[in-house]
Amino acid sequence: MLKIEKTETGDHCVLRLVGEVDASNSVELDLAIQQLMAENVKKILVDGSALEYISSAGLGVFMSYLEDFQDNGVRFAIFGLSNKVKNVFHILGLDQLLTIEDEEQGALEWLYEG
Amino acid sequence: MRSKELSNGYMRDELKIYCEKSRLSELRLFLTDVLEDTRLSEINRHQVILAVEEVCANLIIHSHECNPKDFIQLDVAKDKHKITFEIKDSGKAFNILEYQVPQLADVIREKKKGGVGIILVKKIMDLIEFESTPHQNICRLTKCINSK
Repeated sequence: MLKIEKTETGDHCVLRLVGEVDASNSVELDLAIQQLMAENVKKILVDGSALEYISSAGLGVFMSYLEDFQDNGVRFAIFGLSNKVKNVFHILGLDQLLTIEDEEQGALEWLYEG
Repeated sequence: MRSKELSNGYMRDELKIYCEKSRLSELRLFLTDVLEDTRLSEINRHQVILAVEEVCANLIIHSHECNPKDFIQLDVAKDKHKITFEIKDSGKAFNILEYQVPQLADVIREKKKGGVGIILVKKIMDLIEFESTPHQNICRLTKCINSK
């Protein structure tokens, strides 16, 4: 089961993922990011502190937006992942392609730097 | 869940999974129980759950097109050295050994939302075997207890 809580703060938007992302619900994550892109949000944070599990279906959603983020000047960062969830990003090497921070503060600093 | 102890010292568990994506959470609960008493670390247990789910999700979606009347049979055998997951189905055969995993750069460029699950399986598991007969496909995944 997955719940996505969206919060707009300042110039950025936070998507808080609660629960598990798998092939049965990854479309919800896709729609949430798609909506932010359609709203032209340029700074996106994903709060993964309540994310218990993510399968390739969820990772695939993030991967499918990497080029769009770059082409549209969108800053995107994930923070708060547990070690076991972060490890899944690491196995694929996604931690080299996405900004992943331990704390929200670090992610915010990256979002607003420059 | 009650494991059966076999005469050769193996513990055995089994689960029948109907081919709906909504069954994946049930599969994860089963695997969490099965792995609870192993000496795998929390991160390794999580990896193994992910790998088994990736294979099952692949079969549910691609080999069975989410037909809820179809099912997959999962048999688990474990001893103190290793744990083996035997995933049996009678759908369109998916030979995981012959499947050429995509390059990550290609997946990103083509904006595909799938295709990386089998990369995870191959990185996580110590041994992957596949057999197919006209009536049944068997994918066997083995994880050694003190492994990568």
